[in-house]
Amino acid sequence: MSSANAQLFAALVTGPLRHAAGRTLLAVVVIALGVALGLGVTLVNRSAASEVSLAARSLFGLSDLVVQGTNAGFDEALFPVLARLPEVALANPVVDVQVRVVGRQTALSAMGIDFFRAARMQPSIGVEAPRTNLSPLAADSVFLSPAAARDLGLEEGDQLTVQVGLEPVSFHVAGILPAAAYRQRAMVLDIGTAQWRLGQLGKLQRVELRLRSGTSTEAVQRRIAAMLPPGVSVTTPGAETDEALRLTRAYRSNLTALALVALFTGAFLVHSTQSLAVIRRRREFALLKAMGVSAREQIASTLAGGAIVGGAGALCGVGLGILIADLGLNAFGADLGAGYFRGIAPALKVDWLDAGVFFLLGTAAAIAGTLRPAIAAARVPAALALKAGDLEDPAVRGNTIAGLALWGFAGVLLLLPAVDGLPLAGYSAIALVLIGAVFLMPAVTRLLLRLLPSVRSVPLQIATAHLRGTARQATTSLSAILVSFSLMVAMAVMVTSFRTSLDQWLEKILPADLYLRAGFTSETAFLDANDVTALAALPEVERVDANRFAQLAVTGLKTPLGLIARPITEQNAGRMLWIESTATNVALPDAQPVWISEAAADLLSLRSGAVFTGSIGERAVQFSVRGVYRDYERQNGGVVIDHDAYVRLTGDLRTNAAWLWLKPGADVDHLVNSIHERLPGLAEFDVRRPGEIRAITLRVFDRTFAVTYLLEIIAVGIGLAGIAASTSAQVIARRAELGVLRHVGLLRRQVGFMLAAEGGLLGAVGVLAGLVIGSVVSLILIYVVNRQSFHWSMDVYFPWVLLMAFSVSLVAAAALTAVWSGRLSLRDDIIRAVKEDW
Amino acid sequence: MAAMPRLSSLFLATCATLLTVALLVSALAAAAEYPPVVRGQVLAFPADEGSHPQYRIEWWYVTGWLQDESGQSRGFQVTFFRNRPGLDEGNPSQFAARQLLFAHAAISDPAVGRLLHDERVARAGFGLAEATAGSTDVVLEDWSLRQDGQTYHVNIPGKDFQLALDLVATQLPLLQGDAGFSQKGPDQGSASHYYSQPQMAVSGRISAGGREFAVQGTAWFDHEWSSTLLDDAAQGWDWLGINLIDGGALMAFRMRDAEGHAHWAAASTRRGSGAAAVTSAYRPEQIEWLPERQWRSPRTGIEYPVEWRLRVGDTWYQVRPLFDDQESDSRRSTGTIYWEGAVELLDATGAVAGRGYLELTGYGTRLRM
Repeated sequence: MSSANAQLFAALVTGPLRHAAGRTLLAVVVIALGVALGLGVTLVNRSAASEVSLAARSLFGLSDLVVQGTNAGFDEALFPVLARLPEVALANPVVDVQVRVVGRQTALSAMGIDFFRAARMQPSIGVEAPRTNLSPLAADSVFLSPAAARDLGLEEGDQLTVQVGLEPVSFHVAGILPAAAYRQRAMVLDIGTAQWRLGQLGKLQRVELRLRSGTSTEAVQRRIAAMLPPGVSVTTPGAETDEALRLTRAYRSNLTALALVALFTGAFLVHSTQSLAVIRRRREFALLKAMGVSAREQIASTLAGGAIVGGAGALCGVGLGILIADLGLNAFGADLGAGYFRGIAPALKVDWLDAGVFFLLGTAAAIAGTLRPAIAAARVPAALALKAGDLEDPAVRGNTIAGLALWGFAGVLLLLPAVDGLPLAGYSAIALVLIGAVFLMPAVTRLLLRLLPSVRSVPLQIATAHLRGTARQATTSLSAILVSFSLMVAMAVMVTSFRTSLDQWLEKILPADLYLRAGFTSETAFLDANDVTALAALPEVERVDANRFAQLAVTGLKTPLGLIARPITEQNAGRMLWIESTATNVALPDAQPVWISEAAADLLSLRSGAVFTGSIGERAVQFSVRGVYRDYERQNGGVVIDHDAYVRLTGDLRTNAAWLWLKPGADVDHLVNSIHERLPGLAEFDVRRPGEIRAITLRVFDRTFAVTYLLEIIAVGIGLAGIAASTSAQVIARRAELGVLRHVGLLRRQVGFMLAAEGGLLGAVGVLAGLVIGSVVSLILIYVVNRQSFHWSMDVYFPWVLLMAFSVSLVAAAALTAVWSGRLSLRDDIIRAVKEDW
Repeated sequence: MAAMPRLSSLFLATCATLLTVALLVSALAAAAEYPPVVRGQVLAFPADEGSHPQYRIEWWYVTGWLQDESGQSRGFQVTFFRNRPGLDEGNPSQFAARQLLFAHAAISDPAVGRLLHDERVARAGFGLAEATAGSTDVVLEDWSLRQDGQTYHVNIPGKDFQLALDLVATQLPLLQGDAGFSQKGPDQGSASHYYSQPQMAVSGRISAGGREFAVQGTAWFDHEWSSTLLDDAAQGWDWLGINLIDGGALMAFRMRDAEGHAHWAAASTRRGSGAAAVTSAYRPEQIEWLPERQWRSPRTGIEYPVEWRLRVGDTWYQVRPLFDDQESDSRRSTGTIYWEGAVELLDATGAVAGRGYLELTGYGTRLRM
């Protein structure tokens, strides 16, 4: 290409961009937002994932295999058996329990280790116990991980008191571990001390094994698996890390999908603005062709324009994405507020490969959006286009059959199960529904416009006539409105449904008057039978239900299910659980009746009435599923068992939470305020009313969905911008027509009214279609994507007021931008506008 | 790598605190009930060959010279330590650190030019690490020293070498000091119960550097237990145990103070064998250790006197190492760096009178027990 040609090419590329600076800027911003969101979410995910891996690796050190049971632990007699296996070079026994720090609302991992063995398994601990230095073995010594020390604000030499049962147990902080040792919030102490002082005598939670070189890990794993008691399993540290990541993968991939949707919408917006630009520049293209610019050069110049928009947008997006990730990590944490990764604090790790991928995605989205308009522009027949005449819309061509076929295919996809725990088919179905809707849009638009009633007002008649006449052209901007608005609607419906379902569920599952909670699963803080009796003896209290949280291991499941023991019978189960289905058969006499959560039902592939075997502690028990209940609390699956049955099976009389039913007329406030005074042993226990628990839970929900809300606001913004862009592009393309209308006597006000009507009608059609498609997408999100990702169902609730507000503002935005653009194009010179056309 | 200095200073700070706490703990530990070492207590065999778990510290110590089939000489050393830390002995946990076991083993091969050594450390328990009372039976994971009548089986699968040796006693135990009461300082309170088994016949296999050898040789076996071994003045000790060519035995040690002077010394000899054997014990003033040649470790910079002139009673000997670099770094198990190597004993004519081991401790930092 000669330099003159190059200059021409550059002018061809940049001219239109500069000419429509506002729309170019908008396209850049949209691409930037899409890239920024995608990259931001990915970076946060990546930082969290790498932190989870590091944390798991720091936990398991150099071990090849990990033998572990539920958090109740297993008999320590297994340790010497494992240590003596000829293939085992080193066995590292670990006591690992959650302890509650007295005076704080936080729990801490307490790791009881044998410093001698652990130092070989995990050299990074940096604490050795040579015979000249026995301090780590002293019964009051603990070492804190840097994360724990920072969090608790403790230093070497400070006192740390944790709660075991109702007893405070004090330790002396003998040192802070090197940063490389444990990444979790953990206190490390001698294993003998841990067993003794944390109430774990005779129990181990884990034995890490290092194998002799040259032995097959798989073979040893099989051999060990065969000799383990029920409830104890052997895995590899890699599998453990994967498991830690798997638990959060559904959440993380859903966020990524949301972010990619923003990018998709961005590409669509570029497509629609470029299509409209092509219509507008039709005569320009024809002139260029007449001057000898080849079709290929024309395509290249249009694509180059798209690439510049995409590249600029993607570049800004990468910077913005890194900023979003950094802010997100600092403000909300690694799970962006969802509470999955308690106890780790990852630093942002910028992966430049990710940044590169998203840069290319952003650029590619813009180029892809430009491709069809570019080809259409090149096909413009020069002679015809130079004359005045119909503006042929090069963009979206309706194809009703293709649209219906895509919908049919989407329907088939909805029947498919999750792929590796991810709702890929569900997402594909959503994409197909949207693309199908775009294909169907022209037909739908024609139908809707035909239904418009005739009116007397001249401007309105012109507006409807124009819309009917240019239905196909209108679909380009309609598609942009449709895509962005339907996603907006879908997300709003999904979040509202979830939040309302959660609220109603909370109301259902919190039937008691007061809740007293000692600790979470595996914490060492608990009430014993006497404490429960003391609570029941309070004059205001009619009855106390003891709740015990333990774990239930099922062969084949990597993570044990949460076990909740509370007084429950087949008759009253429906009053304290949100029952989804009830068994119709009668429980076998030797099978223990239990209720399982939807997640547990999915994980175990069980239905109501089925029978399964699991182990509590080291005891294998047969269970009969009496019902499946909805549970938003335990994503890894929960099992509810009658408290008496649990005590019969385990002899465990400890209680983690007590439900208090008060006598009629009892003074709740007085009881709440005086309970700690009257039972000083319970000073460290939370007493909450159901309303408070609901409020706290919903607050956590809102924090979790803060990112979703953010994405939604951005989707609304992009939708509005899309409407503004497409409406104004259309109006500008019709300068000549508007000029003529003014010449034939229409008042400026009437032209404005006409434009407003056109924009509003167009917007209304898009909004109507968006509401329908968005509702369909929201149903897919609720019944397929959510169900497959999180294994819980929810009821559908439409946020009517919110949707009305969205709809009205979108229609208004369309009308206003139309008027505004019309004003802009007719501001200076009507005569010129008319002349231009002839 | 900006994080490195911070990390290492953190680690140093941790160590410093550990040491402070260790002092406190040892002060507390002194309160635990350790039996005193008393003169006149009669040692009984084989019962006293086993562990004495009530005492604070105890060790079983085997050294010797081995010849392979080509006649090549190598030294070997195997030590099992037991320590009762006296911490929270009321802790009912099976994992409670009531007894700690340490082991250290090394091969001195002149062809290698330095020690091949390895170590183990564990708390006693679950049969994985135990020192049993009644007869010599010490196990530390896969390392063991086990008595079977007059034979002792040593099994050490180390990192760079393996030892699988049978030791057969050919003589009666040699009671050190006053009938097994071995005073370690001017104060009678610093003492141990101590007997030796010199002239043990060794046979077995060793492997080192990827090669395996059948070996024969002679070993020296020590067993010693105490609650109060070192007095406050002692900086370290020099110790020597030699199997004499003529079937006799020579043991000598001295305790050094901070200035490097001997503030206590003792020695014993056994001449002849069987019922006709004559055992003599020597008082501090009858013993003289004169350093002849120093060797500085390139790794630690510590200087050790590796050649000596030694007087026991009226007899002068010369002590010469198999080779110089027999420094042993067992900071990870026993927490010390010392020199412990195969040596030859030359008589006044320069002829080899015996072979055995020399131990030089406390040349770097004060030895703590």
